Parts: sequence; structure tokens; C-alpha cells
Amino acid sequence: MDDAELDAVGVLADPVRRALYRYVAGSGREVGRGEAADGAGVKRSLAAFHLDRLAEAGLLDVGYRRPAGRGGPGAGRPAKMYRRAAAEHAVTLPPRSYDLAAEVLADVVEGARLDAEVAESARARGRAGARPGAELRGELAARGYEPYDDGADIRLRNCPFHRLAADQPVVACAMNLALLEGLLDGIGGTGRTARMDARPGDCCVALAASKTKSH
Amino acid sequence: METSGYHLAQFNVGRTVAPMDSGEMAGFRDGLAVINGLADRTPGFVWRLVGEAADDATDLRLPGTDLIMNLSVWESRQALWDFVYRSAHLDYLRRRRDWFQKLGTPIQVLWWLPAGTLPDIAEAKRRLELLTAGGPGPDAFTFREFHEAPAPGPDAGQAEPVNAGR
Repeated sequence: MDDAELDAVGVLADPVRRALYRYVAGSGREVGRGEAADGAGVKRSLAAFHLDRLAEAGLLDVGYRRPAGRGGPGAGRPAKMYRRAAAEHAVTLPPRSYDLAAEVLADVVEGARLDAEVAESARARGRAGARPGAELRGELAARGYEPYDDGADIRLRNCPFHRLAADQPVVACAMNLALLEGLLDGIGGTGRTARMDARPGDCCVALAASKTKSH
Repeated sequence: METSGYHLAQFNVGRTVAPMDSGEMAGFRDGLAVINGLADRTPGFVWRLVGEAADDATDLRLPGTDLIMNLSVWESRQALWDFVYRSAHLDYLRRRRDWFQKLGTPIQVLWWLPAGTLPDIAEAKRRLELLTAGGPGPDAFTFREFHEAPAPGPDAGQAEPVNAGR
């Protein structure tokens, strides 16, 4: 196990840091010290210290931006802004290599044209893992999707299969769509349908309000 | 992203499950205008091959074969990636088995070419043959085994031995 990975996760052991990290990560954008402090319910000076620890550990990226509407001499120093770092940190103890296994299997799927079988299996898994009648956004969040509202759609800020989707995008995204179709089916009565609607930065699936309720 | 004076060329081929004007291909045909329009509007799109009959390449065949093809040029890997995998195009890729047979050889090849120049079908065919024969390399590669654009400067011509050798 790489010490840097353990250190990165170790930094989150502090409850204040964890609250700040969750707030910044959940916003999906750059956040200033004051907003992060308010979001986590701590003092600004305390937030500044812990945000910088998160940045040192590679969990947050730092940028500088002048407050809107100000510029030129006398505008003051640019504000320090934080956003979730793109780098992944994974800790499994003992070490496991599920990513490699997934990539090998995805190659087989692609080569053997097993798309329909994968979709069927993923739909069944999604359905089996769903709690009937559960609240949809909570179920999505529990699976790491980071749902947010975008007009009438629920969009998903995080792709739980990001690395696989960079390696075998069509296999990974088709599987993800089928998992979410199964999840909606298993929960039942969500009034949502999953559709493939890829765009840069987001998960490939949008959950649209159904024309008619399924139950 | 700037690519130091080079653009990324993309070429792919496919054998349809049925003639282009058949019912089996209706879903593919119906998406052509939308998807080609989407490509044209994607930031970083430079050029794509079109035939005589329409604003797409479906009336063209790879010489000596029954394969249909796409040939296009992009400013960067990211621009091409975002169109192929991060747009409405992805859902058509998801359904590719409905319309295309398995070929058993590489169906797509990428290579760099000097910005401002455009590839022709003969060159695209050579690049695909190069990938098929020798696997990915700087002159013919894939998204997965990607090669960055040649460094600018006196060595900038090095990416063109495929042309120079003919």
C-alpha cells in the first residue's frame, strides 16, 4: 500500500476536515474559505487551516480568484479557492485490484460483443440491490453518484466507474445505464427513467421525469 | 488544448448488417444528420469527409471493400474524445451491434498531421493497415494506446514517414 494513499485518507480522519471536504466535493465547483466554513459549520480561521491540510494531502486543488466585480489596483489579494482534486485515492486493506479485473473483463465483453448480456446482468444487479420504496436521491448518493437537480433531470456528478469508463467507455457506460435502470425498477414508483445523455464532466446517465408514473 | 501545430486525424470503418437503405439500418440513418451536426458544432472539430450524395460519408466505400467509413480531423484528443464518448454520440455507440458486424481487425486508427492539412482516403487506408499490421505506434495509434503529437521544431517532420516512404 502506497503511503501517500494512506496519508490522503488519514487526513480525513478529522471530523472538521471531513465536513469541509464533503462540502467542497459536494458543491462540484470552486469554493472560498468563508463559504466552506459556513457549509461545514466552523469558524473561518479553523476552516482555512484544515482546507490547506486537505490541499497538501492532494484531496483538494487550490486556485486563486479575485472577487467578482473587483479588479485593478486596490482590489485586494485574490481569494483562495478550493475544489475537489481529480486524482483518485483508493485504499483497500489488504490490497485488491478490482480495477484490473474489471478492465480485463471489459475487454472480453467488447471482443465477444456481449453488450446485451452485460446489460441484462447489470439490470438484474441494480434491481436486486434496490430497496423498494426508498428515496431515490439517497440511494444514488449511497452508490457514489452525487446526484444534483438540473432542470427536470437528476444528473450525477460522479461516475463510480470513472477509470473503467476511460478505458472502455462504451462497455462501462452501457453497464452503468443498465444498473441505474435496474435500480429505478427495483425502487419502483420513482417517476423517473434513466437515459444515456453523456456530457463532459458528468456521469453519462440522466434521470428524467417520466411522462407517466410507472406505478 | 493546443497541440503544437498538429491536428488529430481519426478514421474508422464498419460493415453494416444490411444495406444502408434497409429497415435494419433505419435507426442509424435517422441519427446521421443529428450526430454529424453535433460533430460540426463540437469545440475543436476541424473537418470531416463527406460524399457526393449527402452531408455525410455513407455513399462512400473504402476502395476495394464494402466498408463504410468516417474520416475526420480534430484539434486535440480531448475534442475528439468529448464528441465520441461525452455527447449524444455515445448512445449510438451503445447500439453499434444493431448496425455493424464484427470485423476482427482494428476498426479505428488515429494519427497526427500538420495543422492546416487534410488527410485523404488513401492515406487513411494506409494508416489503418499500419495499425493492423504492426499494432499501435506514433504513426497509427488508438485512444487506448495513445501517442502524443510530435514535439515542434526541427524534428516536426518525423511523424510523416508513412507519407514520405511512398
